[in-house]
Amino acid sequence: MEYFLQQLINGLTLGSIYGLIAIGYTMVYGIIGMINFAHGDVFMVGSMTTFIVLLMLGVTGGSGPFIIVLALALVIAISMAVAATFNWAIERVAYRPLRGSFRLAPLISAIGMSIVLQEFVRIAQEGRAKPIQPIIIGKKILMTKVVGNQDFNVTLSYMQMIIILSTLVLMTVFTFIIQRTSLGRAQRACEQDTKMASLLGINVDRTISITFILGAVLAAFAGFMFFMYYNVTDFFVGFNAGIKAFTAAVLGGIGSIPGAMLGGLLIGFIEVMWSAYFSIEYKDVAAFTILVLVLIFMPQGLLGKPEVEKI
Amino acid sequence: MSAPVKSGSGGFETKILSNAQIAKDLFYTALITFPILVPIVAIRTQLDQGVLTWHSRFWLASCLALAVVIARGLMHFLVWNPRAAASLDVSASAKPTSAKRLSLSDRIGPYVSRGLLIFGLLLPIVAHLGHAIGIELPSFGELRLVDLATYILIYVMLGWGLNVVVGLAGLLDLGYVAFYAVGAYSYALLSTVYFPRWFGTGVVPFAFYITMPIAGLLAACWGVILGFPVLRLRGDYLAIVTLAFGEIIRLVLINWFSFTQGPQGINVPKLTFFGLKFKDEPGGFADFVSTHFFPLAYNRVQGYIFLYYVILAMALATYFITKKLRRLPIGRAWEALREDEIACRSLGINTTNTKLTAFAIGAMFGGFSGSFFAARQGFVSPESFVYIESALILAIVVLGGLGSQIGIVFSAVAIMGSFEIFREMDFMKAVLPTGTEPIQFRMLFVGLAMVLMMRFRPRGFVTKREPTVYLKEKKAISGDLVAEGHG
Repeated sequence: MEYFLQQLINGLTLGSIYGLIAIGYTMVYGIIGMINFAHGDVFMVGSMTTFIVLLMLGVTGGSGPFIIVLALALVIAISMAVAATFNWAIERVAYRPLRGSFRLAPLISAIGMSIVLQEFVRIAQEGRAKPIQPIIIGKKILMTKVVGNQDFNVTLSYMQMIIILSTLVLMTVFTFIIQRTSLGRAQRACEQDTKMASLLGINVDRTISITFILGAVLAAFAGFMFFMYYNVTDFFVGFNAGIKAFTAAVLGGIGSIPGAMLGGLLIGFIEVMWSAYFSIEYKDVAAFTILVLVLIFMPQGLLGKPEVEKI
Repeated sequence: MSAPVKSGSGGFETKILSNAQIAKDLFYTALITFPILVPIVAIRTQLDQGVLTWHSRFWLASCLALAVVIARGLMHFLVWNPRAAASLDVSASAKPTSAKRLSLSDRIGPYVSRGLLIFGLLLPIVAHLGHAIGIELPSFGELRLVDLATYILIYVMLGWGLNVVVGLAGLLDLGYVAFYAVGAYSYALLSTVYFPRWFGTGVVPFAFYITMPIAGLLAACWGVILGFPVLRLRGDYLAIVTLAFGEIIRLVLINWFSFTQGPQGINVPKLTFFGLKFKDEPGGFADFVSTHFFPLAYNRVQGYIFLYYVILAMALATYFITKKLRRLPIGRAWEALREDEIACRSLGINTTNTKLTAFAIGAMFGGFSGSFFAARQGFVSPESFVYIESALILAIVVLGGLGSQIGIVFSAVAIMGSFEIFREMDFMKAVLPTGTEPIQFRMLFVGLAMVLMMRFRPRGFVTKREPTVYLKEKKAISGDLVAEGHG
């Protein structure tokens, strides 16, 4: 039971990260109906920028709490700005000119863009993984159980706490933006019917750009948390995280934002539980198998609407 | 970075920009380029003996930013400028010349493939003769040339195999390398473990000839296994599922240690000349020929040349089978499916079977080339079957112009050949920052090429879409004239 509780906490942490990336996939899919294949790599850019700026600032776990908070706020702002610029530029360069092109064109372009991003980062920063010393250390012991002559502690590290709480905050803000602001209204309108929205005076191109920027901001935050949690990053982290987040988006029902978050949490749980109870080597296989199974048996996902093919 | 004109649905509307507007646009370009380049390029982090250090390279970032701005400025003046475009752009002047151009490509079209065939058949001989009379390509020995040609041909064959799935049937497969892996591991496991167990070790030298068809069949089975569940999926879902499938196969190959020996890989017997090894020993190929036919000294090149002809024969078989299939009902159904699935269904085409056969046949070719790859390499490991290989094969098909078989030959030669050129470009090291080799840039260029290709010539460089079936007379449609989205 205690072991399970611990895995639940770990799953919640991992799931928050996947959920934030998944929102980017789901929003872009909802509005222009394509998979932004490079989104996982935007997440990677976010985590890489976090690493670079942290290294430049020279913050360590020993710095005072005030300095750490200030530095992390700066890091988040910079990596969000960088990732947003990347995603915006990708949309302008690689996707927008292809609207109205044949079916596979944007997807192929997205695959190309994903390779470009990975290789760009790999060449600019070496290919090796970049580890740092953990900055936020410390944990809270929630429960203790004596197993044999050893104590088994259910712990919640401060970093996990930060990840879960900040995801909650970010989700609330984001839901507010989508539900209550004119920007969110425009976004939802474009999602329902792009042509009609443009007839009603919504600047569709601008809305799509903003969607890409919002997705990138969330992905950059996920990248920041990913780096702070695992304390390591490289140019290839976006690939696996991207597929899993996409799985999350599909599981939750593509196009549905709460669904993406829910799917992210589920994928996080499944991955953690699989590693804990079955085999850690096959955790990726488990996640990918879920993707295949969901797409075959439940393509509309948990909270999505079934896709009706119009002729 | 940003396009100056809004493209609504297809094509650019050309708008004349004043110089001030262009300057403003260039300024914004610089502004956008700044955050893209600054943290990632301008700060170089290094890991030396566990110690992380960083140093700034703002000069490099500024040079790159300047290059981007200049490139965009040139685009403004040369391409997006209607006056310059009128004299340069193809689309404006294409109308009157297109008929002539088509007839020209019609005239030379058949000769291109014939010429390629003859070139392919003669390549080792020419290389050998050149070697004999002392003409050598700089830094390209005879051996290396033939070996490189073999390597390129593997990719040509893979490209042709994937072309059936992507180019003809229009199903984007990002896990093609899985079938390649199935083929390679079929050969490896059958020839090292199962054949000796079942039939004794005597069969091992012939293993390739027995295994290759089996490898193809197994890969085709996997193609059906994968294809069956994903039939209902749309194009982009299909891409992700096939990608996941490719990763699953690779992860299983790595982790199922007792079966595949995991990341260590398997040493497999190399290709033999119908049982005769290419070795300097009694009973080897050279020895056999000397005793039975004519005196022949052992030379390493013989093995390479034989490998070359085997893959050439396999690739040609792929080419002709695909070409024939295109004329059969199933091939027409593939192409119809690519153009419009709903129309296909309403015309009573069984889309399930059509997609499955495309998957199976594409996978089969992948399996064949996989077993050849294993026999050439003498070693297989999961390292060879990573996602980036799938992406590379896809890039070959895309640059070849989705569906054009001859185009794939050119793009495979261009991509693989350029990798080889990147390897040779030592002079570039003077320009590049320290610690980077030109060869590192190869995949970056492949990715860029895919993006640019989709943007500027989505139908490939040698585009001619020729209907396989026609009424009364044959009308070739140039790729430029086909409205995108309609075919």
